[in-house]
Amino acid sequence: MVPLSAYVAVSAILFITGLLGVLIRRNFIIVLMAVEIMLNAANINLVAFSHYLESMAGQLVALFVIAIAAGEAAVGLAIIIVVFRGKVATNVDEMNLLKW
Amino acid sequence: MILVFFVYFAVVSIVAAVLTVSLRNPVHCGLALLALLMHVSGLFVLLNAEFLWAVQVIVYAGAILVLYLFVLMLLNLKTDERYLHASYPYFLGPAVAGAGYVLFLLIQSPYEGAKGNTPASVVLEHGDTYAVGIKMFSDHLLQFEIVGIFLLGAIIGAIVLAKTPKPMPKPMDGSERRSNR
Repeated sequence: MVPLSAYVAVSAILFITGLLGVLIRRNFIIVLMAVEIMLNAANINLVAFSHYLESMAGQLVALFVIAIAAGEAAVGLAIIIVVFRGKVATNVDEMNLLKW
Repeated sequence: MILVFFVYFAVVSIVAAVLTVSLRNPVHCGLALLALLMHVSGLFVLLNAEFLWAVQVIVYAGAILVLYLFVLMLLNLKTDERYLHASYPYFLGPAVAGAGYVLFLLIQSPYEGAKGNTPASVVLEHGDTYAVGIKMFSDHLLQFEIVGIFLLGAIIGAIVLAKTPKPMPKPMDGSERRSNR
């Protein structure tokens, strides 16, 4: 039997990897992929607790997280297309128009 | 046996996540993300969540990742020489140290809590899809409706954002009009 803390540890490692990806990558699309890694880590956590605490609510919240991730990917990629059309840059540190 | 599968899925998903954030070519990053999503769905199967396994494979690997790859190939990105932020070593050290500390705390925690009313035997009686459906359409109906409205808004927002703007109508003189005809 795999202990719950093993799942939580995997989830934490994945989350920190995704967070690091958001912080250090320059390509906007890879930053969005790193956000997906973080959402997956949260899903592992939710499903693991749902299994070990014998409640169905965790799996439902994981489903909603997947739906939110789909919407986030669609809108984020649309924003990337808009930015790329106006100005040939997909690096996050070159998008400083809204920065003051 | 479950332990073997768990170790396999966990190790491969962590390696795939590290590759996703560290590979240079964006398409390779997308393929590493595909490996990550597949192995995370394997973890879901180990946790008696077959419905989420199917949703993960269909929605994440089938729809979201294809969307990413489409945009990557449409934009025809050049791979930069410098693909990480200039200050990334300052993030790397604290992140690894923080990850170690968080893991140390997590392994020690007891995780005792109030149990719910659906143990694995109840889930396995009619299958996971049945249990998810019963729960979603009884207790979580409002969240379901909210997610529906949210997805509609996301679709409309994505279409409006990504639509090609119409070029300004040029004032036409006579010769152009004649040639058009």
